[in-house]
Formats: sequence, structure tokens, C-alpha cells
Amino acid sequence: MSKRSSSKRCRSTACAVSTDTLTASFDLDAAWQVDPQVSIRPERFGALLYHFGTRRLSFLKSPTLVAVVASLAQQPSARAACIEAGVTIEDLPKYRAALATLAASRMISERNLA
Amino acid sequence: MTTIPLPLLEQFQFGLEAPICLTWELTYACNLSCVHCLSSSGRRDPRELSMAECKTVIEELARMQVFYVNIGGGEPTVRPDFWELVDYATTHHVGVKFSTNGVKITPEVARRLAASDYVDVQISLDGASVEINDAVRGHGTYDTALRAMQNLTDAGVRGFKISVVMTRHNVAQLDDFKAIADRFNAQLRITRLRPSGRGADVWDELHVTAGQQRQLYEWLVANGEDVLTGDSFFHLAGYGKALPGLNLCGAGRVVCLIDPVGDVYACPFAIHENFLAGNVRDAGGFTAVWRTSELFTELRRPQTGGACRSCSAYDACRGGCMAAKFFTGLPLDGPDPECVKGHGEVALAGVAAGTAPRPSLDHSHRTGVVPLTLSRRGPDRACEQNPLTGLTLTGH
Repeated sequence: MSKRSSSKRCRSTACAVSTDTLTASFDLDAAWQVDPQVSIRPERFGALLYHFGTRRLSFLKSPTLVAVVASLAQQPSARAACIEAGVTIEDLPKYRAALATLAASRMISERNLA
Repeated sequence: MTTIPLPLLEQFQFGLEAPICLTWELTYACNLSCVHCLSSSGRRDPRELSMAECKTVIEELARMQVFYVNIGGGEPTVRPDFWELVDYATTHHVGVKFSTNGVKITPEVARRLAASDYVDVQISLDGASVEINDAVRGHGTYDTALRAMQNLTDAGVRGFKISVVMTRHNVAQLDDFKAIADRFNAQLRITRLRPSGRGADVWDELHVTAGQQRQLYEWLVANGEDVLTGDSFFHLAGYGKALPGLNLCGAGRVVCLIDPVGDVYACPFAIHENFLAGNVRDAGGFTAVWRTSELFTELRRPQTGGACRSCSAYDACRGGCMAAKFFTGLPLDGPDPECVKGHGEVALAGVAAGTAPRPSLDHSHRTGVVPLTLSRRGPDRACEQNPLTGLTLTGH
């Protein structure tokens, strides 16, 4: 089935560039949601995500990130979801990077505001 | 993120709320008698779970949020209620991947599969030529598998899996297998031959040689992005470079097996009473077995590493496969029989003939296994059931 670049074992420099590009293209001020084809399972360390369309599995390695992801659909923007979950300004870039990776693997998708 | 107290792999070793992948052998009945069958299948067990019991299990898996099950056997499609079970699972949002030799994949079934988003098919093929395949799986099985693949392709199914158990006779065909997969828009999946089930009887003559193992590793490093392995070659990480996957023994930690009579084992390759954790028919059902059984609790404790602890490769290979060690008579905290450093061969030399544990169950056809030429015996079906099939892993 589909293979995605984020799962590849890439050499350091190329990887860093593509990750930065990915993160930069993630719109923190857009409205997001967990993809309707994704199931979230809470675990002691955070959560497991499974996408029934791509058959891909992802891990959320912190409870805060789980809170951010789970509240995306109720918040006007990803930034608002982060702030609501208690993410500090200093930590925001890390969460943005994590969300960008989730978006790239279609675990979360932009939602249209009516 | 910063709050994580332990690396993800460490977390996994302490177990999860539910398995990531679960193998469910639906029946021991099989139309074939592959020489290396991991579950020694052939005859149906009269105590097989009824459809009502199967449905109860599915409801439980749905509650535990087991995302999908790998259904195997035996040949699961010979159960007359197989499709009813598949439908029941998918309507409960439990995805299904099933392994088959292709015998029931008619054009009609293929069209039905093409219409489902929640069902994946995996066709077993243990040789890229009639001769190599049929020596292990039986006369006519190559043609049956290829016909099934053609039917799937004609129906528009893309990305089905072709599952190969690696033996010393088919390692040289890796590129040929890949070409077959490409021809059908399928994905190649290769797994390791384990000495489980009837595989124990043919392991000595079929498992890849040390030289071939190195060749296999190099091939995986070069082609691994497009090829699935069910995480079954993590012992090869001892060569230096980790292969894609979790690279750990998931037995009882992230995977397990439910057998046709409801017994829950630590892994599909470990059908032996020593690895039997409980039964889904017990009070508390599968959930209780997974979360509180004595065996699984024990498996989730930190492992000592034993004799391997001082080896430079231990952090990479983690001592290898539990089932491979057990059924070749090696201690569980010792080296894998196919240890890339050669420690397994040395250890095997010290195992007295006939002393390795035998599988607890045997449902083989009484007429015996099918192999045409004893010198050409092949791979084992158990491997096809590895629960990590198809996973692409990313952590955030």
C-alpha cells in the first residue's frame, strides 16, 4: 500500500531539510480535525492512531499532544488547540512539527469552516 | 515530546492496553499440507470456536480498539462462515487482513474484495517458480496462487500482499518475487522460516544458510522500503543497520495469537503450552488474558539478555526470536539459532538430538505432508501471520 516519506530512514541533512519544509507549510491558524478514517486508542504513554485508509499506524508520545489532537475538531485553529492544552510559546514549534507530520500522513486533515 | 519518560520501544516492551496486531487462526482445517506449516494445520478441530463465539471475540476486540486482525489458519476461507465473520468484523470497525493460499479467490470473490475498504488479502507463495514453490506447498499450489492473483488484479484490487517464507531454495529468487509483485501491482512481503509447527521437521534443511542470510540482509537494506517483513528479520539488525519496523520481539507485548479453539498464545510461532496465556472462553475473555495473564505479565518484565548481554550486537538484535530459540532447544535468554555472530550455531551444536521441545498440537492430515521431494522442502505458513504485517511506523 502507500508508502510515505516520513517513514523512510533518511540521511540526516536531507531529512532535516524536508522536515523543516513540512513544518513550515503547516498552517497553525487553520482549522483541523482528526481524519474521519482515523481511530485513536489511548495508551499509557499517549495514544496510538490508526488510519483505516492508508493502513498506517502512528504514535503520540505525550498526553499533551493527545489532548491537542483530540481537541482539534472543537477548536477554531490548531494554535488554539495547543494553547488550550497548555502548550507554552517555547514548546509551540515542537507541536507544530508533530502536527505537520500527522498532516503529511493524513492522520489529521484541514476542515472547512462553514 | 519532552514528557515521555522512556523511549517508545521501552514502553512497548512493557505492553499495551491492547495488541497492535493480533493474529487469529480461524481454523486448523486446510486443503494443503505445506511442509513448513507453523500451526501444523490440516484437520479441523472439533472444538473450533462457533460463529457466535467468534462474534463475541470481535465485539471485544472492537471495545479494546484493536484496529485490525490478521486472519489465518489453516486455510481460513474453507470455513463456510468465513465471509460472515469478515463482514461482522468490518462493520465493527475491526479491519481484516487474511492470509490464503488462493483456493477460494474466484473472480466473484475478487470482485467482492475490490469493493471493501477494510479487507486486505495476502496470498502465500513460497517459490517464484513452480518447482521451488510446489516442493514446499504441494502440487498445483503455484498455479492456484497465480490464478488468485490474476483474479484479484482483474477485479481491480491493488496492493494486495504476496507473502513469501524465505528458505535456502528461494533466497536467490528475491528479485523474481519482486517482479511478480510488480506485475500484479501487489506488495511483496517476506518473512522468516521458523522451526514452529511442522516447520520444526524441515528447519534444518530449509532455513537460510549463514551466507544467504547476509545476502538477504543486503537485499533488504537495498529494497526494504517497498517490501514488508512483518518485522520478522530483526535478528539481522546484528549486522549493523536496523531494518524498518519495531525491531523487537513483540510476543505478548504488542502481538499475540488466538488459535481456532480460542487459546491465546504469546505469538503465532509459539503454539506450545509454555506460551499459552489463557482462552477467550475463560471468564474475562480475551481482555483479561491480554491484560492480566501470568504469562504476558512475565513477558513484559525487563529481560535479562542472559548470555547475549555482553555481545556488542545485543542492543540491535535483542537476542532474536523467542520461538526460534525454543523449538530448536536453545535457552530463551541465549542466542537466536540464526544469530548473525554465529553464536547460535555453536549453541545448537550442544543440543542433543531429539531434545528440542515439540509443538503441543498437531492437526496434520493423517496421510502425511505433501512434499514431492524431501530435499526441496520449504517455508512455513506461520510466518505469514505475523501481526506487524504492513505497518509503517512513525513516532511523534
